[in-house]
Amino acid sequence: MKHKSLGEWMQTLGSMIGLLLIIIILSVMSDNFLSLGNILNVLRQVSINALIAFGMTFVILTGGIDLSVGSVLALAGALTAGMLASGMDPVLAVLIGLIAGALMGAFNGLIITKGKVAPFIATLATMTIFRGLTLVYTDGRPVTGLSDSFFFEMIGKGYLFGIPFPVILMGAAFIILVFILRKTTFGRKVYAIGGNESASILSGIKSDRVKIWVYSLTGMLSALAGIILTSRLNSAQPNAGFTYELDAIAAVVLGGTSLSGGRGWLVGTLVGALIIGVLNNGLNLLNVSSFYQQVVKGGVILLAVLLDRKKSA
Amino acid sequence: MEQSIIRIEGIKKSFGPVEVLKGVDFDLRTGEVHALMGENGAGKSTLIKVLTGIHPRNSGEIYIRGESKTYTNPKQAEKDGIAVIHQELNIIPTLTVAQNMFLGKELKYGRTGILRSKEMKQKTIEYLDKLGVYIDPDQEAGELSVGKQQMIEIARAIATDAEVLIMDEPTAALTDKEIEALFKVIDSLKKQGVGIVYISHRMEEIFKICDRITVLRDGEYVETRDASTTDLNEIVKMMVGRDLGEQFPHRVRSEGEVLLQVKDISAPGYFENISFDVARGEILGVAGLMGAGRTEIMESLFGARKFKGGEVRLDGNPLKIKHPADAINKGIGLITEDRKGKGLVLNQTIRENMALTNLPHVSQNKIIQKKREQELVDRLMKRLNVKATGPEQTVGSLSGGNQQKVVIGKWLGIQPKLLILDEPTRGVDIGSKKEIYHIMNELTSFGVAIIMISSELPEVLGMSDRILVIHEGKVGALLNRDEADQEKIMHAATGGE
Repeated sequence: MKHKSLGEWMQTLGSMIGLLLIIIILSVMSDNFLSLGNILNVLRQVSINALIAFGMTFVILTGGIDLSVGSVLALAGALTAGMLASGMDPVLAVLIGLIAGALMGAFNGLIITKGKVAPFIATLATMTIFRGLTLVYTDGRPVTGLSDSFFFEMIGKGYLFGIPFPVILMGAAFIILVFILRKTTFGRKVYAIGGNESASILSGIKSDRVKIWVYSLTGMLSALAGIILTSRLNSAQPNAGFTYELDAIAAVVLGGTSLSGGRGWLVGTLVGALIIGVLNNGLNLLNVSSFYQQVVKGGVILLAVLLDRKKSA
Repeated sequence: MEQSIIRIEGIKKSFGPVEVLKGVDFDLRTGEVHALMGENGAGKSTLIKVLTGIHPRNSGEIYIRGESKTYTNPKQAEKDGIAVIHQELNIIPTLTVAQNMFLGKELKYGRTGILRSKEMKQKTIEYLDKLGVYIDPDQEAGELSVGKQQMIEIARAIATDAEVLIMDEPTAALTDKEIEALFKVIDSLKKQGVGIVYISHRMEEIFKICDRITVLRDGEYVETRDASTTDLNEIVKMMVGRDLGEQFPHRVRSEGEVLLQVKDISAPGYFENISFDVARGEILGVAGLMGAGRTEIMESLFGARKFKGGEVRLDGNPLKIKHPADAINKGIGLITEDRKGKGLVLNQTIRENMALTNLPHVSQNKIIQKKREQELVDRLMKRLNVKATGPEQTVGSLSGGNQQKVVIGKWLGIQPKLLILDEPTRGVDIGSKKEIYHIMNELTSFGVAIIMISSELPEVLGMSDRILVIHEGKVGALLNRDEADQEKIMHAATGGE
């Protein structure tokens, strides 16, 4: 275990140094950046992308990809909002929303495994389907008039011990998922399938089943992100989560996880999500136009990947 | 007067702190076949890679036709007429046979980049014809058997009109007929004055075609001998540095009651109406030509492939297997012929690979128990004598013999009742081979039933209690050890009467 962890730390070392550099530069350029308020703000903004990216890490570790996460976020968010608006018990509505997300993910997994469709194609299709269903369900308009229950408000807007609740959710998910990936047979199977699926099957691993679970997990995490977003905005937007899959994939790649599967870890993904979040926030503070922000973000991703290539070459 | 095309003096090469070549000498004359022998990890492949510029050397000299040379990439070596057929195939599966044959050396109209496809197809047929095979030049290379792919690779190297041809295990995947054709080509190349470096684990081949033999051991140069003045035992002794004794350990037949009964199973296009049984403590050898359907039969029994009809019984009870996981639950293990493709997760450690088949055993409530895992892996590594820096070494960096031991370890962990070994010693050095045979004998003495597919007839004859011969998907013969010999098996395997 020790050797391997060391290797993983090295893999992410570049990203961590990068994150530190960005933080140092931004804190010099902007007085507000390192204030406690702003740090918590950044973390809250990061939490949504991070939750999706955690799921994406599992998917990519198996050698797959999930482009439908943004649409799952929107549909699950809209469904939850709809249930709340019709007066359903908030706890129940949130639970059903999470299950709906998991089912959407399971649908992805079934098409990929039983239908033998490449993950890119399968989730490209379901991305469009789920987005379409969101538009049908919401009639293209935001869902408003949600419950003012303490529980639901808490999810997106609340604080616990001074920490935004979404950040706590992100932290809890992180700890649970790291445990699953590192300490359980399920995690071991995820890595093995990404490393060599044929060998895994011949070793008695039901790779189809593992993959369906992985896509379901990603669906549920995307739904959780959608519910947080809905709570924060106090409404569900039909175009919510648009292109979120790209930020999630970027976070995973920045974290050193190999797109061909079998190699990577969640700490890296968290660092990757933080880099993206800190950049967004810092560039906003510096009043950089949102057009330029995209250029900078893309440039950082490219730089990180190029440095990674150099290191492994 | 014979002339050396290649002369290598005192080559030293280290990877990090590990010295893999400790001052190796070698020379190749025109028109000779020079065998480079040694166990896996002895430094043969590294020497070739240093020679052709894939790895830089630490010290020593390389002379090509008397001129001191240092290549920094294989292209330069190729320019000087040195062609290499590597052990790992360099075939692009989605391209056609002709496209592969001319990859990077396409024939064009002048400098236009427009391809002379017809001519290339014609030449492909010609080159392959020299090897005595016909392969449709328009066929996708990925659809071909490994043996045919190897033939393309060999044809490609010969087509470069090289003066030096280096062959690293060229016959590992070839049928006897193809090997025969290859030897003829080697013979005619020899007469044209081409020097050939030949690396192989198959001793009979070496003595059939080689003029001189150089032996390496642990990166050290041992000796060079004329093939006519030495024999198999002497070479083996030089390779392992000790007397190995008999090639196959003494085997005591210890048969118990019937464990597995297979009756009339079929898979259209692969095999039909296959019936046989295996008893506890028995080794059933399965012989046959490559592509006869042996691997497919075993993968079907293991749940990795579908079959139709018939019946399979284990301990007298009907066996329902839909997935390898079911087979493992019933105590059946399969050691695949495709070690790298299907046997191991190459980027993972020895520990992770060995634990993969044993996850239920090393976990509690699906949580992996580190200590249990460590104990299992330590025990298996010790029992199998795996040579590695430790359980955390990635299996991709192990030698073939040690990789195979890790695969075997995966399956010893489940304490199988039935172990199916598909080409268990392919690409494995002599020392490890013997260790594997010993393990097989040990397992059968505990009552484990073993099915061993092998294309090496001496191995089949040396290890099996009974021999099942498969010919084109059907049972060609079932022979007892005392009545079987090479001719009888080949006869049944080729469909002779």
